[in-house]
Amino acid sequence: MQTFRYLKAQTVDKALAAADAGRFIAGGTTLVDLMKLTVERPKALVDINALPLARIEKLPTGGLRIGALVRNSDLAWNPDVQRDYAVLSQALLSGASPQLRNMATTGGNLLQRTRCVYFREPTAGTPGAYACNKRTPGTGCAALDGHNRTHAILGVSDHCIATHPSDMCVAMAALEAVINVEGPKGKRTILFADFHKLPGDSPHIENALESGELVTYVDLPRLPEGARSVYLKLRDRASYEFALASAAVVAHVESGQIRSVRVAIGGVGTKPWRSHEAEEALTGKPANAASFRAAAEAALAGAHPRTENAFKVELAKRCLVRSLKLATA
Amino acid sequence: MADSPNGRFRFLRSKSQAPQPDAFAEERQSIDLEPLTPEPAQSGLTRRSFLSGLGAAGLLAGAAPLVTAAPAAEPSADEPEPGGGTGTLTLRVNGKDFNLRGLDPRATLLDTLRERLQLTGTKKGCDHGQCGACTVHVNGRRVNSCLSFAVMHEGDEITTIEGLGQPGNLHSMQAAFVEHDGYQCGYCTSGQIMSAVALLKEPIGPSDEDIKHAMAGNICRCGAYTNIVAAVKQVRARA
Repeated sequence: MQTFRYLKAQTVDKALAAADAGRFIAGGTTLVDLMKLTVERPKALVDINALPLARIEKLPTGGLRIGALVRNSDLAWNPDVQRDYAVLSQALLSGASPQLRNMATTGGNLLQRTRCVYFREPTAGTPGAYACNKRTPGTGCAALDGHNRTHAILGVSDHCIATHPSDMCVAMAALEAVINVEGPKGKRTILFADFHKLPGDSPHIENALESGELVTYVDLPRLPEGARSVYLKLRDRASYEFALASAAVVAHVESGQIRSVRVAIGGVGTKPWRSHEAEEALTGKPANAASFRAAAEAALAGAHPRTENAFKVELAKRCLVRSLKLATA
Repeated sequence: MADSPNGRFRFLRSKSQAPQPDAFAEERQSIDLEPLTPEPAQSGLTRRSFLSGLGAAGLLAGAAPLVTAAPAAEPSADEPEPGGGTGTLTLRVNGKDFNLRGLDPRATLLDTLRERLQLTGTKKGCDHGQCGACTVHVNGRRVNSCLSFAVMHEGDEITTIEGLGQPGNLHSMQAAFVEHDGYQCGYCTSGQIMSAVALLKEPIGPSDEDIKHAMAGNICRCGAYTNIVAAVKQVRARA
C-alpha cells in the first residue's frame, strides 16, 4: 500500500478545506480494500467520521433525510425506514456482511466501486497487468472478451462493462432519492438518476461529484399513498454475495390496476438501473403475470450480453417478474 | 465423558500423557492452550514466542513493540494537520489505554492489535473484509478490523476476544463454542465468537436461518457451521 497523510476533520468546512489533499474516508470498506490492492493510491486520507452527519431525520415534506455517515445497519434497522421504505431496508440487509454493514456508510455506498476482477487486479500498474479503462484510462477492457459472467448487460460501452455493485443504490433509484452535496462552490442537490454516470468512453468518471465535493445527506421523498415496496436479490449463494440480478419495485395498486410504479434493477447495469420502459409497460395495466412479463421484456430489451453473461438477461427478467408479483400481491 | 471439553483439553494439555511426542507437540499445545488454560505455560517457549524471537533477533532487530504507558510524545514536525496521525496514538482496548508511538498510518487495526499490542487472538484471514476472522467490537459493534486503519480509532472502545473472557472466566458464548465443538482448526473461532456475541444485541429474528444470515460474515473453512449455530442458539435461549 502506498503511504498517505492522515487528516481528521471535525467539521464539514474543515473537511472541504482539506479535500484537495486526497480522499475522504468514512467506513473505508471499499477504499481500504482497494488501497491494499493498490488500485486506489490516495496521497492523503481525510477522515470524516467526526462530522455531524450520522442522523436520520424526518423532512417537513414527509420524507426522510439520511446523513452521509449513517451506517448501513443503522439505516436498515431504522423503524421509519423499515415501515415506509421497506425496499431500502431489504436492499441494505441483502448486501455485504453484518460487520461490513456496521462500517459502511450511506455516502460511501453511493461511491462503492465495481467488483470487476480486472479492475481489482492486484498487480495494477505493473507490466503485464490486465487492461482496465476504469483503473488506468486508455488501456482497454479485459472483461469484454474475458471472464465476464458477473458483468453488466445494460448501460455498457466498448470501453467498460463493469457492474455497479450496490444494492442500496438500486433501492434509492426506485425511491427517487436526492443527493445533497457540499463543495468549494457551495451546496447543491443531485437527482439520483443523474448521480451515477454511464461508462461511455470515460469509465473512470463514475459520478457527478465535482472535485472537492462531499456527500452530506440523501433525501428520500415521501412515497405515494398506499405504495408498497420490495427488493429481491438473486445471487450465487443465499447471503454475503453480490447480485447477479436484483430488482427494486415501488408499486401502488388499486382494484387490481397498477396506478403507479417505479422499477430499478441491479446486478446487470453499469449503474443502478432505473427502468422507465418497465414502468411505462406497467402503468394503468392489470397487476398480473402478463403485465409483469411484458414489463420485464421492455426492461431488458436493450441488453447487450457478452460471452459469459447472457444468462443474466433471462435471470433479470424473472427477477423483475417475481418482485412485481411480491410488491403487488 | 471421554469427549467432554474438559477431558479433551486435559489430554491436549498434558505433555506426559501424549503417547508419541512429536515435532508438532509444542505447536499444538500453544495453539490450544494459550487461550484456554488458566495455568501459565510449563515452558517459557511457545511457537509464537519462538517465532517472534527469531524475528526480533534475526530480521527485525528494531521490531520490539513500541507500546508505552508513557505520556504522549509531541508530534514530529511533519505531523499532518488537522487531527491525529502518525505521532502518538492512544487506543483503548479491552478497557486499557495503550499509547502507540510512531505508528504507520497504513497500519490496520488488525495488524496493530496483533503486532503492536500482541493481542494475537484476533486472526488475519483474507485481509480484505471477506472472511470475518479479524472481527472485533468497536463501541460495542462488530467490524472487520482488517479494513480499518488504527489511526481512525482514537477514542473508540475496542474489544477483542481477549477482552471478552479469560481462561477460568469464559464468556457464555466462548463456553458454548467449547460445549458444542463449534470449531475444528480454530482459526476462525475468535472472529466467529466476536460475531456471535455481537448478534445477541442485534434485532435479528429467532430462527436458525436468522442466525445463519447473521453469521454470514464469518467463513469457516472446516465447516463447523452446524455446531456454531447450536452454540449461538443456546446462548440466545439463555440470554
